Amino acid sequence: MSTETLEQPVVKKETEALLSKRRKKIISDPLNDDNPITIQVLGICSALAVTVKMEPTLIMSIAVVFVIVFANLIISLIRNLIPTRVRIIVQLAVIASLVTLVSEVLKAYNYEMYKVLGAFVGLIITNCIVMGRLEAFAMGNKPYDSLLDGLGSGFGYAWIILAVAFARELFGSGSVFDFKVFEAIGWETFPKNGLMVDSIGAFMVLGVIIWIQRTKTGYVEH
Amino acid sequence: MQQSNGYIIIFTVITTIIIGGALSFTSQVLGPAQKRSIELDTKSQILKAVMEIKEGDDVLGIYDQRIKSLVVDYNGNEITTNAKGAPIVAEEVNILKNYKKSAEDREYPVFMFMSESNPDEVESYILPIYGAGLWDKIWGFVALDKSLQSIQGVVFDHKGETPGLGARISDKEVQDRFKNKKIYDQGGSLVSVSMLKGEKGEPLGDHHVDGLSGATLTAKGVNDMLLRYLGSYQAYFKKINPDLVK
Repeated sequence: MSTETLEQPVVKKETEALLSKRRKKIISDPLNDDNPITIQVLGICSALAVTVKMEPTLIMSIAVVFVIVFANLIISLIRNLIPTRVRIIVQLAVIASLVTLVSEVLKAYNYEMYKVLGAFVGLIITNCIVMGRLEAFAMGNKPYDSLLDGLGSGFGYAWIILAVAFARELFGSGSVFDFKVFEAIGWETFPKNGLMVDSIGAFMVLGVIIWIQRTKTGYVEH
Repeated sequence: MQQSNGYIIIFTVITTIIIGGALSFTSQVLGPAQKRSIELDTKSQILKAVMEIKEGDDVLGIYDQRIKSLVVDYNGNEITTNAKGAPIVAEEVNILKNYKKSAEDREYPVFMFMSESNPDEVESYILPIYGAGLWDKIWGFVALDKSLQSIQGVVFDHKGETPGLGARISDKEVQDRFKNKKIYDQGGSLVSVSMLKGEKGEPLGDHHVDGLSGATLTAKGVNDMLLRYLGSYQAYFKKINPDLVK
Protein backbone atom coordinates (compact mmCIF):
# COMPACT_ATOMS: atom_id res chain seq x y z
CA MET A 1 0.00 0.00 0.00
CA SER A 2 2.62 2.42 1.07
CA THR A 3 4.60 2.01 -2.14
CA GLU A 4 1.49 2.73 -4.18
CA THR A 5 0.81 5.98 -2.38
CA LEU A 6 4.44 6.91 -2.87
CA GLU A 7 4.31 6.30 -6.58
CA GLN A 8 1.08 8.16 -7.16
CA PRO A 9 2.43 11.72 -6.95
CA VAL A 10 5.10 10.79 -9.50
CA VAL A 11 2.47 9.59 -11.96
CA LYS A 12 0.48 12.75 -11.32
CA LYS A 13 3.50 14.87 -12.11
CA GLU A 14 3.98 13.08 -15.41
CA THR A 15 0.51 14.06 -16.56
CA GLU A 16 0.75 17.70 -15.60
CA ALA A 17 -1.58 19.75 -17.80
CA LEU A 18 0.04 21.04 -20.98
CA LEU A 19 -0.56 24.56 -19.76
CA SER A 20 -0.70 24.17 -16.02
CA LYS A 21 -0.51 27.19 -13.74
CA ARG A 22 3.22 26.66 -13.21
CA ARG A 23 3.86 26.43 -16.93
CA LYS A 24 1.76 29.49 -17.70
CA LYS A 25 3.94 31.33 -15.24
CA ILE A 26 7.08 30.17 -17.10
CA ILE A 27 5.72 31.87 -20.20
CA SER A 28 4.17 34.97 -18.65
CA ASP A 29 6.95 35.92 -16.23
CA PRO A 30 9.43 37.11 -18.87
CA LEU A 31 6.70 39.06 -20.64
CA ASN A 32 6.34 41.53 -17.80
CA ASP A 33 7.50 40.80 -14.24
CA ASP A 34 10.86 39.36 -15.26
CA ASN A 35 11.29 40.90 -18.70
CA PRO A 36 14.76 40.23 -20.13
CA ILE A 37 15.16 43.78 -21.44
CA THR A 38 13.38 46.06 -19.02
CA ILE A 39 13.97 44.17 -15.77
CA GLN A 40 17.11 42.14 -16.35
CA VAL A 41 18.44 44.78 -18.78
CA LEU A 42 19.92 42.19 -21.16
CA GLY A 43 20.10 42.30 -24.94
CA ILE A 44 20.20 46.09 -24.99
CA CYS A 45 22.72 46.36 -27.85
CA SER A 46 20.42 44.80 -30.44
CA ALA A 47 17.41 46.61 -28.95
CA LEU A 48 19.18 49.86 -29.85
CA ALA A 49 20.62 48.82 -33.17
CA VAL A 50 17.74 47.27 -35.08
CA THR A 51 14.78 49.32 -33.88
CA VAL A 52 14.89 52.22 -36.35
CA LYS A 53 12.06 50.67 -38.36
CA MET A 54 9.37 48.11 -37.62
CA GLU A 55 10.06 45.66 -40.44
CA PRO A 56 13.68 44.75 -39.60
CA THR A 57 12.67 44.70 -35.93
CA LEU A 58 9.96 42.14 -36.64
CA ILE A 59 12.40 39.94 -38.57
CA MET A 60 14.91 40.27 -35.74
CA SER A 61 12.23 39.31 -33.19
CA ILE A 62 11.29 36.22 -35.15
CA ALA A 63 14.97 35.28 -35.45
CA VAL A 64 15.58 35.67 -31.72
CA VAL A 65 12.42 33.73 -30.77
CA PHE A 66 13.45 30.93 -33.13
CA VAL A 67 16.99 30.76 -31.80
CA ILE A 68 16.07 30.94 -28.13
CA VAL A 69 13.26 28.35 -28.36
CA PHE A 70 15.27 25.78 -30.28
CA ALA A 71 18.48 26.39 -28.34
CA ASN A 72 16.55 25.88 -25.11
CA LEU A 73 14.92 22.72 -26.47
CA ILE A 74 18.13 21.18 -27.84
CA ILE A 75 20.19 21.95 -24.75
CA SER A 76 17.44 20.63 -22.49
CA LEU A 77 17.24 17.39 -24.52
CA ILE A 78 20.97 16.73 -24.17
CA ARG A 79 21.40 18.36 -20.75
CA ASN A 80 22.27 15.09 -19.06
CA LEU A 81 24.88 14.24 -21.69
CA ILE A 82 26.74 17.55 -21.64
CA PRO A 83 29.94 17.37 -19.58
CA THR A 84 29.78 20.29 -17.12
CA ARG A 85 33.31 21.43 -17.89
CA VAL A 86 32.55 22.19 -21.55
CA ARG A 87 28.90 23.15 -21.19
CA ILE A 88 29.36 26.83 -22.12
CA ILE A 89 31.14 25.89 -25.35
CA VAL A 90 28.43 23.40 -26.21
CA GLN A 91 25.74 26.01 -25.56
CA LEU A 92 27.59 28.50 -27.74
CA ALA A 93 28.00 25.96 -30.53
CA VAL A 94 24.27 25.23 -30.53
CA ILE A 95 23.34 28.95 -30.51
CA ALA A 96 25.89 29.77 -33.21
CA SER A 97 24.59 27.00 -35.48
CA LEU A 98 21.00 28.15 -35.12
CA VAL A 99 21.99 31.76 -35.77
CA THR A 100 23.95 30.74 -38.87
CA LEU A 101 20.90 28.85 -40.04
CA VAL A 102 18.68 31.93 -39.64
CA SER A 103 21.22 34.13 -41.36
CA GLU A 104 21.58 31.73 -44.31
CA VAL A 105 17.81 31.44 -44.73
CA LEU A 106 17.48 35.23 -44.71
CA LYS A 107 20.24 35.52 -47.31
CA ALA A 108 18.42 33.08 -49.55
CA TYR A 109 14.83 34.28 -49.22
CA ASN A 110 14.88 37.88 -47.99
CA TYR A 111 18.07 39.47 -49.25
CA GLU A 112 16.82 43.01 -48.57
CA MET A 113 16.44 42.26 -44.87
CA TYR A 114 19.73 40.34 -44.87
CA LYS A 115 21.42 43.54 -46.02
CA VAL A 116 19.65 45.69 -43.43
CA LEU A 117 20.14 43.38 -40.45
CA GLY A 118 23.48 41.99 -41.61
CA ALA A 119 25.78 41.81 -38.63
CA PHE A 120 22.99 42.07 -36.06
CA VAL A 121 21.58 38.64 -36.86
CA GLY A 122 25.07 37.23 -36.34
CA LEU A 123 25.27 39.09 -33.06
CA ILE A 124 22.31 37.12 -31.66
CA ILE A 125 25.07 34.67 -30.72
CA THR A 126 26.31 37.15 -28.15
CA ASN A 127 22.83 38.15 -27.02
CA CYS A 128 22.99 37.59 -23.29
CA ILE A 129 19.31 36.62 -23.14
CA VAL A 130 19.85 33.44 -25.14
CA MET A 131 22.87 32.19 -23.22
CA GLY A 132 21.34 33.30 -19.97
CA ARG A 133 18.27 31.13 -20.51
CA LEU A 134 20.33 28.09 -21.53
CA GLU A 135 22.56 28.30 -18.48
CA ALA A 136 19.85 29.27 -16.00
CA PHE A 137 16.92 27.20 -17.24
CA ALA A 138 17.50 24.66 -20.01
CA MET A 139 20.46 22.98 -18.25
CA GLY A 140 18.21 22.02 -15.34
CA ASN A 141 14.70 21.60 -16.74
CA LYS A 142 12.76 19.24 -18.96
CA PRO A 143 12.49 19.89 -22.72
CA TYR A 144 8.85 20.98 -22.78
CA ASP A 145 9.30 23.43 -19.91
CA SER A 146 12.45 24.76 -21.57
CA LEU A 147 10.57 25.28 -24.80
CA LEU A 148 7.93 27.30 -22.94
CA ASP A 149 10.61 29.28 -21.17
CA GLY A 150 12.20 30.03 -24.55
CA LEU A 151 8.87 31.22 -25.92
CA GLY A 152 8.33 33.45 -22.89
CA SER A 153 11.77 35.04 -22.99
CA GLY A 154 11.69 35.36 -26.78
CA PHE A 155 8.37 37.15 -26.78
CA GLY A 156 9.40 39.21 -23.78
CA TYR A 157 12.29 40.49 -25.87
CA ALA A 158 10.18 40.80 -29.00
CA TRP A 159 7.37 42.94 -27.65
CA ILE A 160 9.76 45.41 -26.05
CA ILE A 161 11.86 45.95 -29.19
CA LEU A 162 8.71 46.14 -31.31
CA ALA A 163 7.32 48.80 -28.96
CA VAL A 164 10.59 50.73 -29.18
CA ALA A 165 10.62 50.40 -32.97
CA PHE A 166 7.01 51.57 -33.20
CA ALA A 167 7.79 54.79 -31.35
CA ARG A 168 11.05 55.35 -33.25
CA GLU A 169 9.62 54.79 -36.71
CA LEU A 170 6.47 56.78 -35.98
CA PHE A 171 8.27 59.88 -34.70
CA GLY A 172 11.54 59.46 -36.60
CA SER A 173 10.23 58.60 -40.06
CA GLY A 174 6.52 59.40 -39.72
CA SER A 175 5.56 55.88 -40.70
CA VAL A 176 4.65 52.43 -39.38
CA PHE A 177 5.89 49.44 -41.40
CA ASP A 178 6.87 52.03 -44.04
CA PHE A 179 3.23 53.17 -44.28
CA LYS A 180 3.24 56.96 -44.07
CA VAL A 181 0.77 57.44 -41.24
CA PHE A 182 0.82 61.21 -41.00
CA GLU A 183 0.55 61.73 -44.75
CA ALA A 184 -2.42 59.35 -44.76
CA ILE A 185 -4.32 61.46 -42.24
CA GLY A 186 -3.49 64.61 -44.17
CA TRP A 187 -0.72 65.99 -41.94
CA GLU A 188 1.91 66.34 -44.67
CA THR A 189 4.19 68.70 -42.77
CA PHE A 190 4.73 66.37 -39.80
CA PRO A 191 8.13 67.32 -38.37
CA LYS A 192 10.29 64.18 -38.30
CA ASN A 193 12.41 63.84 -35.19
CA GLY A 194 16.02 63.09 -36.16
CA LEU A 195 16.86 62.08 -32.59
CA MET A 196 14.56 59.06 -32.89
CA VAL A 197 16.51 57.74 -35.87
CA ASP A 198 19.70 57.79 -33.80
CA SER A 199 20.50 55.20 -31.13
CA ILE A 200 19.93 57.88 -28.50
CA GLY A 201 16.24 57.79 -29.43
CA ALA A 202 16.13 54.10 -28.53
CA PHE A 203 17.64 54.78 -25.11
CA MET A 204 15.01 57.40 -24.43
CA VAL A 205 12.07 55.29 -25.58
CA LEU A 206 13.40 52.30 -23.64
CA GLY A 207 13.80 54.49 -20.57
CA VAL A 208 10.21 55.66 -20.83
CA ILE A 209 8.95 52.07 -21.23
CA ILE A 210 10.94 50.95 -18.17
CA TRP A 211 9.61 53.94 -16.23
CA ILE A 212 5.98 53.20 -17.06
CA GLN A 213 6.42 49.48 -16.39
CA ARG A 214 8.10 49.96 -13.02
CA THR A 215 5.50 52.49 -11.96
CA LYS A 216 2.82 49.89 -12.67
CA THR A 217 4.54 46.82 -11.22
CA GLY A 218 6.25 48.64 -8.37
CA TYR A 219 9.53 46.86 -9.14
CA VAL A 220 12.57 48.29 -7.36
CA GLU A 221 16.17 47.26 -7.97
CA HIS A 222 18.09 46.18 -4.91
CA MET B 1 32.28 8.87 -16.11
CA GLN B 2 30.85 12.01 -17.64
CA GLN B 3 33.67 14.09 -16.23
CA SER B 4 36.49 11.99 -17.65
CA ASN B 5 38.67 13.53 -20.33
CA GLY B 6 37.89 10.69 -22.70
CA TYR B 7 34.15 11.33 -22.45
CA ILE B 8 34.61 15.06 -23.00
CA ILE B 9 36.76 14.50 -26.10
CA ILE B 10 34.33 12.01 -27.61
CA PHE B 11 31.36 14.27 -26.80
CA THR B 12 32.94 17.35 -28.39
CA VAL B 13 34.03 15.42 -31.48
CA ILE B 14 30.53 14.02 -32.01
CA THR B 15 28.94 17.45 -31.40
CA THR B 16 31.32 19.05 -33.88
CA ILE B 17 30.57 16.44 -36.53
CA ILE B 18 26.80 16.76 -36.12
CA ILE B 19 26.81 20.57 -36.12
CA GLY B 20 29.33 20.81 -38.95
CA GLY B 21 27.34 18.35 -41.01
CA ALA B 22 24.07 20.17 -40.40
CA LEU B 23 25.57 23.51 -41.37
CA SER B 24 27.24 22.31 -44.55
CA PHE B 25 24.00 20.59 -45.51
CA THR B 26 22.10 23.89 -45.04
CA SER B 27 24.69 25.76 -47.05
CA GLN B 28 24.40 23.22 -49.88
CA VAL B 29 20.60 23.31 -49.89
CA LEU B 30 20.31 27.10 -49.72
CA GLY B 31 23.23 27.86 -52.04
CA PRO B 32 21.29 28.15 -55.31
CA ALA B 33 18.57 30.33 -53.72
CA GLN B 34 21.21 32.62 -52.25
CA LYS B 35 22.94 32.96 -55.61
CA ARG B 36 19.61 33.92 -57.17
CA SER B 37 18.95 36.53 -54.47
CA ILE B 38 22.34 38.12 -54.97
CA GLU B 39 21.92 38.14 -58.74
CA LEU B 40 18.47 39.71 -58.41
CA ASP B 41 19.84 42.32 -56.04
CA THR B 42 22.75 43.29 -58.32
CA LYS B 43 20.58 43.46 -61.40
CA SER B 44 17.87 45.54 -59.77
CA GLN B 45 20.51 47.96 -58.48
CA ILE B 46 21.91 48.33 -62.00
CA LEU B 47 18.45 48.95 -63.42
CA LYS B 48 17.54 51.41 -60.67
CA ALA B 49 20.19 53.77 -62.04
CA VAL B 50 18.09 54.28 -65.18
CA MET B 51 14.54 53.37 -64.28
CA GLU B 52 12.14 52.92 -61.42
CA ILE B 53 11.74 49.39 -60.19
CA LYS B 54 8.47 48.65 -58.44
CA GLU B 55 7.83 45.66 -56.25
CA GLY B 56 6.71 42.73 -58.38
CA ASP B 57 8.54 43.89 -61.49
CA ASP B 58 10.21 41.12 -63.45
CA VAL B 59 13.72 42.44 -62.83
CA LEU B 60 15.52 39.51 -64.46
CA GLY B 61 13.27 39.70 -67.53
CA ILE B 62 13.78 43.43 -68.01
CA TYR B 63 17.49 43.00 -67.42
CA ASP B 64 17.85 40.28 -70.05
CA GLN B 65 15.88 42.33 -72.52
CA ARG B 66 17.48 45.71 -72.01
CA ILE B 67 21.01 45.29 -70.68
CA LYS B 68 24.10 44.31 -72.64
CA SER B 69 27.32 44.12 -70.71
CA LEU B 70 31.03 43.93 -71.28
CA VAL B 71 34.21 44.36 -69.30
CA VAL B 72 37.00 46.77 -70.22
CA ASP B 73 40.46 47.39 -68.82
CA TYR B 74 42.03 50.69 -67.81
CA ASN B 75 43.08 51.34 -71.42
CA GLY B 76 39.54 50.96 -72.65
CA ASN B 77 40.05 47.61 -74.40
CA GLU B 78 37.39 45.00 -73.99
CA ILE B 79 38.59 41.97 -72.05
CA THR B 80 36.87 38.61 -72.18
CA THR B 81 39.20 36.40 -70.16
CA ASN B 82 41.08 37.05 -66.95
CA ALA B 83 44.75 36.37 -66.21
CA LYS B 84 44.05 32.68 -65.70
CA GLY B 85 42.17 32.39 -68.99
CA ALA B 86 38.73 31.98 -67.44
CA PRO B 87 35.91 33.96 -69.07
CA ILE B 88 34.88 37.19 -67.36
CA VAL B 89 31.21 37.99 -66.92
CA ALA B 90 30.44 41.65 -66.20
CA GLU B 91 27.74 40.78 -63.66
CA GLU B 92 30.14 38.60 -61.72
CA VAL B 93 33.02 41.05 -61.47
CA ASN B 94 33.61 41.64 -57.78
CA ILE B 95 33.89 45.42 -57.46
CA LEU B 96 35.26 45.24 -53.91
CA LYS B 97 38.10 42.92 -54.90
CA ASN B 98 38.91 45.14 -57.86
CA TYR B 99 38.79 48.25 -55.70
CA LYS B 100 41.68 46.86 -53.68
CA LYS B 101 43.88 46.62 -56.79
CA SER B 102 45.54 49.66 -58.34
CA ALA B 103 43.35 51.54 -60.84
CA GLU B 104 45.39 50.26 -63.81
CA ASP B 105 44.88 46.59 -62.93
CA ARG B 106 41.15 46.63 -62.32
CA GLU B 107 38.45 45.07 -64.45
CA TYR B 108 35.79 47.65 -65.33
CA PRO B 109 32.31 46.35 -66.16
CA VAL B 110 30.09 48.42 -68.45
CA PHE B 111 26.36 47.82 -68.52
CA MET B 112 24.65 49.23 -71.59
CA PHE B 113 20.96 50.02 -71.28
CA MET B 114 19.53 49.48 -74.77
CA SER B 115 16.65 51.38 -76.33
CA GLU B 116 13.32 49.60 -76.05
CA SER B 117 12.45 50.19 -79.75
CA ASN B 118 15.89 49.47 -81.17
CA PRO B 119 17.81 46.79 -79.27
CA ASP B 120 21.08 47.82 -80.96
CA GLU B 121 20.96 51.41 -79.85
CA VAL B 122 22.52 52.29 -76.51
CA GLU B 123 20.36 54.55 -74.38
CA SER B 124 22.73 54.87 -71.45
CA TYR B 125 25.94 53.48 -70.00
CA ILE B 126 25.75 52.23 -66.42
CA LEU B 127 29.02 52.00 -64.51
CA PRO B 128 29.75 50.61 -61.06
CA ILE B 129 31.43 52.90 -58.56
CA TYR B 130 33.05 52.11 -55.23
CA GLY B 131 34.68 54.12 -52.49
CA ALA B 132 34.92 55.00 -48.84
CA GLY B 133 32.37 56.99 -46.88
CA LEU B 134 32.88 58.29 -43.37
CA TRP B 135 32.61 54.99 -41.49
CA ASP B 136 32.72 52.25 -44.06
CA LYS B 137 32.52 51.44 -47.74
CA ILE B 138 30.03 53.09 -50.09
CA TRP B 139 29.16 51.94 -53.59
CA GLY B 140 26.63 52.30 -56.33
CA PHE B 141 26.05 52.74 -60.04
CA VAL B 142 26.12 55.84 -62.20
CA ALA B 143 24.23 56.00 -65.49
CA LEU B 144 25.47 58.31 -68.27
CA ASP B 145 23.45 59.26 -71.33
CA LYS B 146 24.51 57.96 -74.75
CA SER B 147 26.63 61.05 -75.49
CA LEU B 148 28.45 60.33 -72.20
CA GLN B 149 28.06 64.00 -71.27
CA SER B 150 25.52 64.00 -68.51
CA ILE B 151 24.31 61.82 -65.67
CA GLN B 152 20.98 60.10 -66.17
CA GLY B 153 20.74 58.71 -62.70
CA VAL B 154 22.69 57.31 -59.78
CA VAL B 155 22.14 54.76 -57.06
CA PHE B 156 24.22 54.79 -53.91
CA ASP B 157 24.36 52.33 -51.11
CA HIS B 158 26.43 52.21 -47.98
CA LYS B 159 27.42 49.85 -45.24
CA GLY B 160 27.55 51.98 -42.15
CA GLU B 161 26.99 55.69 -42.71
CA THR B 162 25.23 57.57 -39.91
CA PRO B 163 21.45 57.08 -40.08
CA GLY B 164 19.68 60.33 -40.87
CA LEU B 165 22.94 61.99 -41.97
CA GLY B 166 25.36 60.22 -44.32
CA ALA B 167 22.97 57.31 -44.78
CA ARG B 168 20.77 59.67 -46.76
CA ILE B 169 22.91 58.98 -49.85
CA SER B 170 20.70 55.93 -50.35
CA ASP B 171 17.55 58.12 -50.39
CA LYS B 172 15.95 58.63 -53.76
CA GLU B 173 15.51 62.33 -53.07
CA VAL B 174 19.28 62.79 -52.69
CA GLN B 175 20.11 60.61 -55.70
CA ASP B 176 17.68 62.55 -57.90
CA ARG B 177 19.81 65.66 -57.37
CA PHE B 178 22.43 64.16 -59.71
CA LYS B 179 20.09 63.84 -62.66
CA ASN B 180 21.05 65.81 -65.79
CA LYS B 181 24.27 67.14 -64.27
CA LYS B 182 27.26 67.38 -66.64
CA ILE B 183 30.54 65.60 -66.04
CA TYR B 184 32.67 67.57 -68.56
CA ASP B 185 33.29 71.32 -68.55
CA GLN B 186 33.09 73.58 -71.61
CA GLY B 187 36.68 72.74 -72.60
CA GLY B 188 35.95 69.01 -72.49
CA SER B 189 37.91 68.05 -69.42
CA LEU B 190 36.46 65.77 -66.79
CA VAL B 191 35.30 67.65 -63.71
CA SER B 192 32.67 65.15 -62.50
CA VAL B 193 29.83 66.26 -60.25
CA SER B 194 30.37 67.09 -56.65
CA MET B 195 28.25 67.61 -53.58
CA LEU B 196 28.78 70.88 -51.80
CA LYS B 197 29.24 71.44 -48.10
CA GLY B 198 25.99 72.34 -46.42
CA GLU B 199 22.46 72.00 -47.64
CA LYS B 200 20.89 75.19 -48.94
CA GLY B 201 18.22 73.93 -51.27
CA GLU B 202 19.20 76.47 -53.95
CA PRO B 203 19.49 75.62 -57.64
CA LEU B 204 23.12 74.95 -58.58
CA GLY B 205 25.26 74.84 -61.71
CA ASP B 206 25.96 71.91 -64.03
CA HIS B 207 28.68 70.34 -61.90
CA HIS B 208 27.38 70.70 -58.37
CA VAL B 209 24.59 69.26 -56.30
CA ASP B 210 23.30 70.30 -52.90
CA GLY B 211 25.22 68.74 -50.04
CA LEU B 212 24.09 66.76 -47.03
CA SER B 213 23.77 68.80 -43.88
CA GLY B 214 25.84 67.13 -41.18
CA ALA B 215 27.44 64.63 -43.54
CA THR B 216 30.19 66.56 -45.28
CA LEU B 217 32.64 63.65 -45.08
CA THR B 218 30.20 61.17 -46.62
CA ALA B 219 29.55 63.71 -49.41
CA LYS B 220 33.31 64.02 -49.91
CA GLY B 221 33.51 60.23 -50.21
CA VAL B 222 30.80 60.30 -52.87
CA ASN B 223 32.64 63.03 -54.79
CA ASP B 224 35.95 61.13 -54.72
CA MET B 225 34.26 57.91 -55.76
CA LEU B 226 32.54 59.51 -58.75
CA LEU B 227 35.61 61.40 -59.94
CA ARG B 228 37.93 58.39 -59.62
CA TYR B 229 35.72 55.91 -61.37
CA LEU B 230 34.65 58.26 -64.15
CA GLY B 231 38.36 58.99 -64.58
CA SER B 232 39.19 55.30 -64.91
CA TYR B 233 36.66 54.88 -67.72
CA GLN B 234 38.07 57.79 -69.76
CA ALA B 235 40.03 55.59 -72.17
CA TYR B 236 36.91 53.57 -72.90
CA PHE B 237 34.78 56.70 -73.38
CA LYS B 238 37.33 57.99 -75.86
CA LYS B 239 36.96 54.80 -77.89
CA ILE B 240 33.16 55.20 -78.13
CA ASN B 241 33.18 58.94 -78.69
CA PRO B 242 36.60 60.25 -79.86
CA ASP B 243 35.46 63.88 -79.82
CA LEU B 244 34.47 63.76 -76.22
CA VAL B 245 37.57 63.43 -74.12
CA LYS B 246 40.45 65.81 -74.34
